[in-house]
Amino acid sequence: MSDSMSDARDNGEHDKQQTGEAALSARLQRLNEGLGHARDSVRPPSDGTGADRATTASGYARGFRLSSELVAGVVVGAGIGWLIDRWLGISPWGLIVFLLLGFAAGVLNVMRSAGLVAGTALDNTGPEHREK
Amino acid sequence: MQVDPIHQFQIKNLIPMVSMGGHQIDFTNSALFMFIIVGVVSALLIGATAPRAVVPGRLQSIAEISYEFVANTVRSSAGNEGMRFFPFVFTLFMFVLFANLIGLIPYSFTVTSQLIVTATLALLVFFIVVGYGFWRNGLHFLNLFVPKGVPKLILPAIVVIEVLSFLSRPVSHSVRLFANMLAGHITLQVFAGFIIMLGGAGILGIFGATLPFIMVVMLTALELLVAFLQAYVFAILTCIYLNDAIHPGH
Repeated sequence: MSDSMSDARDNGEHDKQQTGEAALSARLQRLNEGLGHARDSVRPPSDGTGADRATTASGYARGFRLSSELVAGVVVGAGIGWLIDRWLGISPWGLIVFLLLGFAAGVLNVMRSAGLVAGTALDNTGPEHREK
Repeated sequence: MQVDPIHQFQIKNLIPMVSMGGHQIDFTNSALFMFIIVGVVSALLIGATAPRAVVPGRLQSIAEISYEFVANTVRSSAGNEGMRFFPFVFTLFMFVLFANLIGLIPYSFTVTSQLIVTATLALLVFFIVVGYGFWRNGLHFLNLFVPKGVPKLILPAIVVIEVLSFLSRPVSHSVRLFANMLAGHITLQVFAGFIIMLGGAGILGIFGATLPFIMVVMLTALELLVAFLQAYVFAILTCIYLNDAIHPGH
């Protein structure tokens, strides 16, 4: 008797849990769809012609793109820091500070070219453009 | 037989010319191939558009397709105002595309595998962006470095980071094209070297050499795609940077 009652209660709880999960997954799905739409509207319409044609080539191109963006930021930061050190004679502080800032700029470049952050202010004004 | 994969990038003096300000200015194989590229592009476009047929022939449709392609790229990333830079972008695109394509021909020289060439092109774009940006927008051009809605406390750091990000553009712009072409050509050469080395190792080696041979065929196809893709990427990045000069932040 008690067994069956506990069974029933378990079942009831199980059902409730299931409906809760179903509702949650439905909400998650809706949220995902919404996010997908938002991302689609943010992202450039097509990621270059190669992206659709050959996944290997586009992955290779993408890897090259992102790594060169990061390296460029760091290198430019280090270069400017080194120049400032030479001009002002404050070695090594310029190099340290600008290397870190350059790293931040490189990360910003990468995130921008991956389309994860909105671009500079101008990127929100014109037609479709984002760094690629 | 030993194959040196770097040998193909050597600059050779073809015709010694003048020495200017302590620098030797020579006509090198790199310069020769630049002339060839410009000649081929000009001959193709002038020859193709000479008939001015309403219904384009084969050559004319190549010219029309390339025009349409670059024009669409410029319009979609720099807007209609960007079309005043169309001749510039089209020239850049055709030059880089033909440099990449002609470089794929065996025994030819790849101009875009030299960092100095791509850096010159990227710096040209950079200075046009800066010059036109200031000429058109005056000091409003500097709004480019001041994002909206940033707390005043961290604004100086953000501005410095934005400036660095802007200055790093010619670096990534040039290195991307250069590194792609360099890496692709070295890979091709290395695999081609395997064919020669295996081919010299008797009957079994000749059978073994078919594997790198298949690889080289596939890599050549990939390089053809990369040649086009990198020219396109170079052009579209130029458009995006020019767009910054036309519409800096409000």
